[in-house]
Amino acid sequence: MTATQQPDHIQLGMTDDEYHRVIEILGRVPLAAELAMYSVMWSEHCSYKSSRTHLGKFRSDQPWVVVGPGENAGVVDLGDGWLAALRIESHNHPSFVEPYQGAATGVGGILRDIFTMGARPVAVWDPLRFGPLEDPRNRYLFEGVVSGIAGYGNAVGVPTLGGEVEFADCFSQNPLVNVMALGLLKREQLVLSAASGVGNKAILLGNATGRDGIGGASILASASFEAGDEEKRPNVQIGDPFEEKKLIEACLELYDRGLVVAIQDLGAAGISCATSEVAGNGGLGMDVDLERVHVREHDMTPGEILMSESQERMLAIVTPHNETEVLDLAAKWEIQASVIGTVTEGPQLKVYAKGELVADVPAASLADDAPKYDRPVQRPTYLDEVWADQPIPPPDGDVTDALRQLLDDPAIGDRSWISNQYDHMLFLNTVIEPGHNASLMRIKGTSKGLAVSTDGDAHRTWLDPRRASERIVFEAALNVAVTGAAPYAVVNNLNFGSPENPEVMWQFVESVEGMASACEKLDLPVVGGNVSFYNQTDGVDIYPTPVVGMLGFCDPMPQFPPRLDRAQDGMAIWLVGDPCQGDFAGSAYDRIINQKLRGRPMEADGATARNIIALATELAPTTAVLHDISTGGFAVALTEIAIKSDLGITVDGLSTAELLDETPLRFLAITHRAHLDTGVHHQRIGTMGGSTIDFGAAGSISISEARAVWANAIPRRMH
Amino acid sequence: MTIAVVVFPGTNCEHDIVHALDLAGADSELVWHTETDLAWALGVVLPGGFAHGDYVRTGAIARFSPVMAEVERLAASGIPILGICNGFQILCEAGILPGALVANRDLKFICKPVYLRVESTDSILTSAATIGQVLKIPLNSYEGQFVADDIDAIEDADEVILRYCDPDGEIREHSNPNGSTNAIAGITNAARNVAGLMPHPERASETILGSNDGMVMIESFVESVRRVRV
Repeated sequence: MTATQQPDHIQLGMTDDEYHRVIEILGRVPLAAELAMYSVMWSEHCSYKSSRTHLGKFRSDQPWVVVGPGENAGVVDLGDGWLAALRIESHNHPSFVEPYQGAATGVGGILRDIFTMGARPVAVWDPLRFGPLEDPRNRYLFEGVVSGIAGYGNAVGVPTLGGEVEFADCFSQNPLVNVMALGLLKREQLVLSAASGVGNKAILLGNATGRDGIGGASILASASFEAGDEEKRPNVQIGDPFEEKKLIEACLELYDRGLVVAIQDLGAAGISCATSEVAGNGGLGMDVDLERVHVREHDMTPGEILMSESQERMLAIVTPHNETEVLDLAAKWEIQASVIGTVTEGPQLKVYAKGELVADVPAASLADDAPKYDRPVQRPTYLDEVWADQPIPPPDGDVTDALRQLLDDPAIGDRSWISNQYDHMLFLNTVIEPGHNASLMRIKGTSKGLAVSTDGDAHRTWLDPRRASERIVFEAALNVAVTGAAPYAVVNNLNFGSPENPEVMWQFVESVEGMASACEKLDLPVVGGNVSFYNQTDGVDIYPTPVVGMLGFCDPMPQFPPRLDRAQDGMAIWLVGDPCQGDFAGSAYDRIINQKLRGRPMEADGATARNIIALATELAPTTAVLHDISTGGFAVALTEIAIKSDLGITVDGLSTAELLDETPLRFLAITHRAHLDTGVHHQRIGTMGGSTIDFGAAGSISISEARAVWANAIPRRMH
Repeated sequence: MTIAVVVFPGTNCEHDIVHALDLAGADSELVWHTETDLAWALGVVLPGGFAHGDYVRTGAIARFSPVMAEVERLAASGIPILGICNGFQILCEAGILPGALVANRDLKFICKPVYLRVESTDSILTSAATIGQVLKIPLNSYEGQFVADDIDAIEDADEVILRYCDPDGEIREHSNPNGSTNAIAGITNAARNVAGLMPHPERASETILGSNDGMVMIESFVESVRRVRV
């Protein structure tokens, strides 16, 4: 049966049960536009129908949380009236179909979520995952995504401060493009998305509505991929960063002048989602006239106008008294604006086109009555076999051959090929730029600083979703701690395969529980997140890939925070944390040198995590270099410091296995101090100096050779 | 003493240059691109960003913004005018400075600190520096490759004020990040009251940002504004 012969609701990605539910709510068969609205609002992407049951396990009840999950962005209190807004999103499927625009509009979309809250977006991070760069198609996707992020982010005038990248075969047909954004605002600027005031006007601001992105949420984001899906390209939105830049400035001025009652960005499902949410959140209704919408094409059907995901649009709720002033302000910023609706008593959202009622639905039902599934879970069959095959630690001997191979890995080598394409300095806040453990930014005019690290570990998560999800929370927390910031709030992006596969659902539940438990152990609120299911192409699911966006906060911010390039001749190298315990499951050594993914990763202990993370934060203001030990173990961590500081390293007494081990929750401290008062296990392992990275019995390599390999890891594959 | 900082739709470095001017003790005011009277300004900055989205070509639309006629008039009257990055592109497009900026040699956006060697101190941007001084300043552009029809005339008139170089001040092939002709990073006009450069001195205005080497340029500019006689 071809798509055109199927019933409308099936073509729109709805099940028969869901369709009957709509009939029940409306008491009749839905009109075409109504069906379009429900299909998108009840899609996995918009409704979280498969994940909602589990997301309640994340806590956000800490006193510094101002706005928790459910709004456009989470908001936390930084003291002295300052708030930070943060959010993470995915744009995986659009980026596979059209890498440049898919990635670009991912940036645009998340920025709107931030300034919808009243905050000025100040930074973006991009966690990315691709197939191996040896495949030309993967290079095309990688290059397109990075230039899309750069093209949009740089032009819209928001710096991109980092992110991370992983490569694995399973991402060849389904790359992951996540984007996290941070905004700053003063408390009185906070705006929420619940309409109030019957008779208030709904004003659509920004880009004209066109046919781009129709059905993006239901068709692209909520279904698996099959060969030939490039035909879905018309479903990908087209971004215009210039329009967004004007929209940001116009909206921030609207808030400054107190001209809006509520505001909502237009993302997935466009006008239908924004009008129903803003009305439904306020317990009200709305009358919307589609004739008033400024459109790009004149023969669009009501359904198309309602569902269009054209970018760079906002819906502002404004009192009739302020209507003219808002329209004038839009004209000043050279953005289009149309009064498209009026807030009503409700509860109905009534949509008119050419005087005809094309939709009449309870506004809140689109969000509140969305289906919620408790999908079956089943422990994957591969686990027993994989766990039984524990990797063997490397034998004693020269480590430098292995080190060269690790440094040549594009996820370990120099990633400035990516970050040098991003404007990471705008606003003069960047204190630690991409290429360190976390990025650190100051808040100008205050003593405060914010650090962000995004972390995921697809390989380990496949081996043990629960343990790996705990570990990425701890690792992200340690990454911000080594800049001097205390972990403060979390957002997460949960990238998984099809929820209809019980084994994927098991991975999902394990991962959510692991992450929730780690956050609780660190007393960290989860203030927002995104679930991206159906990351599956031709029946192959991706590795489960939860990604953590960790916000760290410090006040005062260290004036000379630790950096990888601050090591000096004669400084002592300390290992802080447990001695090596031989954790090779999912390690870079086993994956890259042995070409195996096997074994069960170690569990990271919560109490140890608390102590180590607190200690790193405490040492940061007075220590030249602090560096988390992760992918590639000591060998890679030490080499990175040597390369960045352009100074040799002499390490003694570590075996080859210890140099490559990835036991979690440890860091390197490099300082002139002869003693460390830490309260946790620590040992001096070496000294800075010379021009060689000298591992004693495990061999040595010159900095220049190590740098050449490291610096070329990405460029040599891209040329 | 007030400096006009021109804001086009799409400009994004205006607050950063205001911050650096503040550090140098200069007053400045943001001016929307529709402004037609800048008679009060003793200096003008066209900051970085993407004026009018850089659509058509960098600076191609901005040069027709209403404010540009006034900028041209002030330039002719000897008022110090500084174009940074997109501002430099706009000054070239408007014919106030010679040459043009085209896409980088490697066709990639470049955001990273680069080293610049001061070639001439006879400009509003370099008067407080010394010839041969090496400055570490961030670059942030896609269309940063400087080209000019008559490069010899620019060189002969000593209008090249900054070149890309190595940390030791040597000009080598690999120290030229974007393929600019003769490694040119910044130039001045014949009257020496207008200067443009691709790197961002305001991004090197405090040591906590990685370098304060840009302040010698900001201070040169502020000093030249102070010397304006009205």
